[in-house]
Amino acid sequence: MNELAPISREDRVEKLKGLGHSRKRVEDVRFTQGKGNYVDDLKLPSMLYGDFVRSPYAHARVTSIDKSAALALPGVVAVLTAEDLAPLNLHWMPTLAGDKQMVLADGKVLFQGQEVAFVVANDRYVAADAVDLVVVEYEELPVVTDPFKALEPDAPVLREDLAGQTSGAHGERRHHNHIFLWEVGDKQATEEVIASAEVVAEEMVYYHRTHPCPLETCGCVASMDAVNGKLTIHGTFQAPHVVRTVASLLSGIEEHKIRVISPDIGGGFGNKVGVYPGYVCAIVASIVTGKPVKWIEDRMENLTATAFARDYWMKGRIAATKDGRITALSCHVTADHGAFDACADPTKFPAGFFSIVTGSYDIPVAYVGVDGVYTNKAPGGVAYRCSFRVTEAAYLIERMIEVLAIELGMDAAEVRAKNFIRKDQFPYQSALGWEYDSGDYHTAWNKALKAVGYEDLRREQAERVEAFKRGETRKLIGIGLTHFTEIVGAGPVKNCDILGMGMFDSCEIRIHPTGSAIARLGTISQGQGHATTFAQILASEIGLPADSITIEEGDTDTAPYGLGTYGSRSTPVAGAATAMAGRKIRAKAQMIAAYLLEVHDGDLEWDVDRFVVKGAPERFKTMAEIAYASYNQAIPGLEPGLEAVSYYDPPNMTYPFGAYVCVMEIDVDTGVADIRQFYALDDCGTRINPMIIEGQVHGGLTEAFAIAMGQEIAYDEIGNVKNATLMDFFLPTAWETPHYVTDFTETPSPHHPIGAKGVGESPNVGGVPAFSNAVHDAFRVFGLKQAHMPHDHWRIWKIAHDLGLHG
Amino acid sequence: MIPAAFEYHRPSDIASALATLREFGDEARVVAGGHSLIPMMKLRMASIGHLIDLQDIADLKGIRIDGNTVRIGAMVTQQELIDDAALTRAAPLLRETALQIADPQVRAVGTIGGNVANGDPGNDMPAVMQCLDATFTLTGPSGTRDVKARDFYEAAYVTARADEEILTAVSFTVSGGGHAYEKQKRKIGDYATAAAAVMLQKDGTACSAASIAMTNLSDVPVWSKAAADALVGTACNPADIGSAVAAALADISPTADNRGPVEFKRHVAGVIIRRAIERAWSRA
Repeated sequence: MNELAPISREDRVEKLKGLGHSRKRVEDVRFTQGKGNYVDDLKLPSMLYGDFVRSPYAHARVTSIDKSAALALPGVVAVLTAEDLAPLNLHWMPTLAGDKQMVLADGKVLFQGQEVAFVVANDRYVAADAVDLVVVEYEELPVVTDPFKALEPDAPVLREDLAGQTSGAHGERRHHNHIFLWEVGDKQATEEVIASAEVVAEEMVYYHRTHPCPLETCGCVASMDAVNGKLTIHGTFQAPHVVRTVASLLSGIEEHKIRVISPDIGGGFGNKVGVYPGYVCAIVASIVTGKPVKWIEDRMENLTATAFARDYWMKGRIAATKDGRITALSCHVTADHGAFDACADPTKFPAGFFSIVTGSYDIPVAYVGVDGVYTNKAPGGVAYRCSFRVTEAAYLIERMIEVLAIELGMDAAEVRAKNFIRKDQFPYQSALGWEYDSGDYHTAWNKALKAVGYEDLRREQAERVEAFKRGETRKLIGIGLTHFTEIVGAGPVKNCDILGMGMFDSCEIRIHPTGSAIARLGTISQGQGHATTFAQILASEIGLPADSITIEEGDTDTAPYGLGTYGSRSTPVAGAATAMAGRKIRAKAQMIAAYLLEVHDGDLEWDVDRFVVKGAPERFKTMAEIAYASYNQAIPGLEPGLEAVSYYDPPNMTYPFGAYVCVMEIDVDTGVADIRQFYALDDCGTRINPMIIEGQVHGGLTEAFAIAMGQEIAYDEIGNVKNATLMDFFLPTAWETPHYVTDFTETPSPHHPIGAKGVGESPNVGGVPAFSNAVHDAFRVFGLKQAHMPHDHWRIWKIAHDLGLHG
Repeated sequence: MIPAAFEYHRPSDIASALATLREFGDEARVVAGGHSLIPMMKLRMASIGHLIDLQDIADLKGIRIDGNTVRIGAMVTQQELIDDAALTRAAPLLRETALQIADPQVRAVGTIGGNVANGDPGNDMPAVMQCLDATFTLTGPSGTRDVKARDFYEAAYVTARADEEILTAVSFTVSGGGHAYEKQKRKIGDYATAAAAVMLQKDGTACSAASIAMTNLSDVPVWSKAAADALVGTACNPADIGSAVAAALADISPTADNRGPVEFKRHVAGVIIRRAIERAWSRA
């Protein structure tokens, strides 16, 4: 079956659409035609619908729940309260952070929007009507929405269930609203350096509370088959296998009797990692009624009750020599976790990987302490398009560099360049315990500054300030710089787990006789394009065209166990598993080829899509020929078929990095900021699909733009959510979204099989400080050091106002 | 986001719409584009037993320009205002404003009648109608009556329209001159942080007539006679504009919301009014 007219090697590479190919997303055929299949598209026979009665109060005792009127409404099947779930021990559930959380209000409510009762009806509209008929009596309690006030001695006790517990999952609790203190680094040595430093910059930096707000909200359909005892759960899950394990542990149903399916998911961004009361209630309701039960939250429920992100008060201190060499970094965080500690972090990391806070800089000594605090706000603290608490860390260090530059009277670009970890220092051991795998920061930085014409920009900015002072303009220019380093790809099983499950991932490949294949993974795409990119990894590994490889994820009955998709872990972990499984395929293929070509294994070499006899290029077997042979030849010593599975435990995290520059025009009088230019250089190691990378960067930067410039979940003093609709919660449309210029350098990860590092979250991590620094930079000359995000019109106006720029 | 049950009525003439309104009284509301009422129903902040959809009533459609008089049916959409070349020649302020309302999807359905009749201080057209000194035609059981836009708004969502009446048309006289609708908002689809509609006429180098109205800076649209008076007879020099702005600011009472506190809104209002006057003057 060898080709009669041999095609060139380049043509064969092109035909594979493997690594580096801007292959069009195979998913988009259905998405662009409106043919996606989301959870809410699922309609099962005799399906029931669930809806929640939620608390209007942020802190109150529930004195009574009268469900009689709701139950009397035709079509209502059941109304569940904590009392009904208690006999099953499901009125509370464990969180991913070692805490527990009410499924339905058990005697009190702790945040506005908390689930109080679950109405089940045969019609979505009836369920909504019945919610209004459940009469709940509350007795209001004092509300705390400020984590500092929550730690005052006489602050109201929020978590009465923890009375007398002086320690939690992460050590000692020193106050009734205290969750943990997590410390990393050498506190004493850091203090000593700071005390004797030539220059110290100190600032409180607040990374406000925001929300991932995926276009599709959370939901599920639980279906208990009363005949065979099998529970099937379709849901918006970023980690379907973990959901299956949790469902089994909670319900007592054996894991093989539970099937979890994540269909198409309309964005996750961390919002769909955790387990929500809606899932538990839908499952219980299905078991009780024997019918499928659907629960889909609406936008306001999503924004008020499902996992938020950030809410970190970060007190940073950075020490340096007079000439700008950083000598120490200290950071204390007051972390507002809301009513329950439901952060989705690896078990041993209650503040995630916040200790990446030394960033891209060679800082000899550092200390981090994070105090977790309960308040009357929704639980969460998820990694919103970032690895665990990495956006917070990047924001802190990139703000502190700017503040230090002010203190030193130096250009912030120069301070960065002076302190970057040098290329020859990799692998680099950070003061807070991480081993950075690879990097070349100076090259990226210089490329970025050159691309934007940095010196010219600074000149223009200075001229503008002069014109402003002469009264010729009311607009200032801000130049926002960022050089970020991420830590993604959780992670090595020896220190990363979720509920005890090691954070490996997996890939299982079957090659079909005629030279096509299916690969199944433990991850789940929510828009990342896995079906496109994982096929490309495999195409390059096994020499079959990406177009001939189906990628499947999200069905726990068919896919191998994996920890799911978040924290940019899919490419670093599942992508590695894919490459490794592909290599197993190739190893067996080599033996088959040797048999077919009647040579020794060692006499063959791999060439794009075939094994070739060394020194005899006309003698070869293509992977398609080998696949066929594996099914129809009795090869001595080899089993028939061509399949492989790999469970990959990464030896280390990966450390993508990037250099971003944002140029902003700011109207001092109205607070309106226009993004004039945004340049994003990303180094994510080996680039699998440049077009998808560009799309990821555009998406991540747009979320970063939203967060920095207006997006927030704010509470008033009695715990009402002030931005629970898209009128007030800033989700940029195409109109507001700036134009981006993307660029790259390519520094492969030395420990990843194909050198890839992951990119989906970098633009959010680097983008937020770039936008925010631009706002700060515009006012640096007038004395601004720190102003909290989000930088909406009012807050920018207030900066100008407080600096006396309104005359 | 699921409304309580309601009955849906779709009359094809004004008389039957009025009859249905009378039949169900407080229980009934007319709906035009629905972009204010339907969300309120979905949030269950409004409970409407009977919804009377006006979209099949031919008499409520159409833009008629007769000499200097413009008459716009209440069910004309924002998009139709934008697309009507003759209207844009006669009153370019309307197109400029309509283009700043929400987004194209909303503008395709949202109507001028709904925008002015709802009494929402965030809506843009009420101030524009006051600026143009427009007249609203109200049709009720005992016939039609006209109310000046400048007399129509009493408080937020409270207007001169009686419950049994339907706002059927807006009309105004074309005055010529320069126009501007200047609006600051946080994003597409947002209500104004501050917005101002300005019409100015020029005679030689002096301003011969002026009209200034503002959006979302009080619980009703604000037409500022004092601001207009400050410009008439002047050359609209910076000091004259400053006086007009000061006069306009004296007539507003913004409230704090997620867009910012009162102090900020007053400051931005001043900037927006000044810019609107400058732009209108440059076109006069």
